[in-house]
Amino acid sequence: MRVELLWWEGCPSHPEALEQLKQVLGEEGLDPEAVEVVEVLSDEQAERERFFGSPTIRIDGEDILPPGEGDPVGLSCRVYRLRDGRPSPVPDVEDVRDAVRRRAYAAG
Amino acid sequence: MRLGDSVPDLTLPDTDGRDHALRGDGITTVVFTCNHCPYALAWHDRILAVASDYADRGVRVLAVNPNDAGRYPADSFEAMKERVAADGGWPLPYLRDESQEAARAFGAKTTPDAFVFDADGALRYRGAPDADHRDPSQDAVWLRDALDTLLVGGDPEPAETEPVGCSIKWKPGA
Repeated sequence: MRVELLWWEGCPSHPEALEQLKQVLGEEGLDPEAVEVVEVLSDEQAERERFFGSPTIRIDGEDILPPGEGDPVGLSCRVYRLRDGRPSPVPDVEDVRDAVRRRAYAAG
Repeated sequence: MRLGDSVPDLTLPDTDGRDHALRGDGITTVVFTCNHCPYALAWHDRILAVASDYADRGVRVLAVNPNDAGRYPADSFEAMKERVAADGGWPLPYLRDESQEAARAFGAKTTPDAFVFDADGALRYRGAPDADHRDPSQDAVWLRDALDTLLVGGDPEPAETEPVGCSIKWKPGA
């Protein structure tokens, strides 16, 4: 299972997102150190990577929370929604956990 | 901008078409904010609550969006107007800093970034609304404490905190 965290320096949320992601991977019996951390540095790279804002987490190439139709690709901070509806710079930890489990089970 | 500096003599338009001088009577709080930043959104309700709670105590609260709408269309003046209208109005004016002159004059770093000026127009608090964007129970306590202290003639403590949020989106070449 390939886990990537893409980030941009204009948004300070990636350390929290990385810590959260590693914690979930560890709790699910996976290797927390296997996360590939990728800094997105330019609009061109954002376009190439289909980067919808910082942080973006992908498992096996799929965004754990696919962006909405029309959401722009680019260097920005991504808005997530916690399960109680509040806006947040990082995903709800339970959404991260669900995504990890889905891919882990799918991979057998 | 440093503590003790004067509020810049600038006027900005709000989403209803009215102009607001940043320099005015009484205590003035200027909060740089925007539409697209999750930190600004997380603190938004707390800022609005401060505006409501202090409106009858001679405190003005102004929200200012300085972001480059060319690269971030969600922060355009039209999008600001749509947001306020969708909310049925805000208890504070939402101002557009199209030239980014205000953001530069204040030295604003992030959205949000709060500046509190006393009745003489001197900067007395600058920084985050409170310690944790994730925790609504914080209730903008640093901002409220600064206002409460100024209202009784005291010196806010802390007077400065580190602003936390998305970087200001400067126009190319700015």
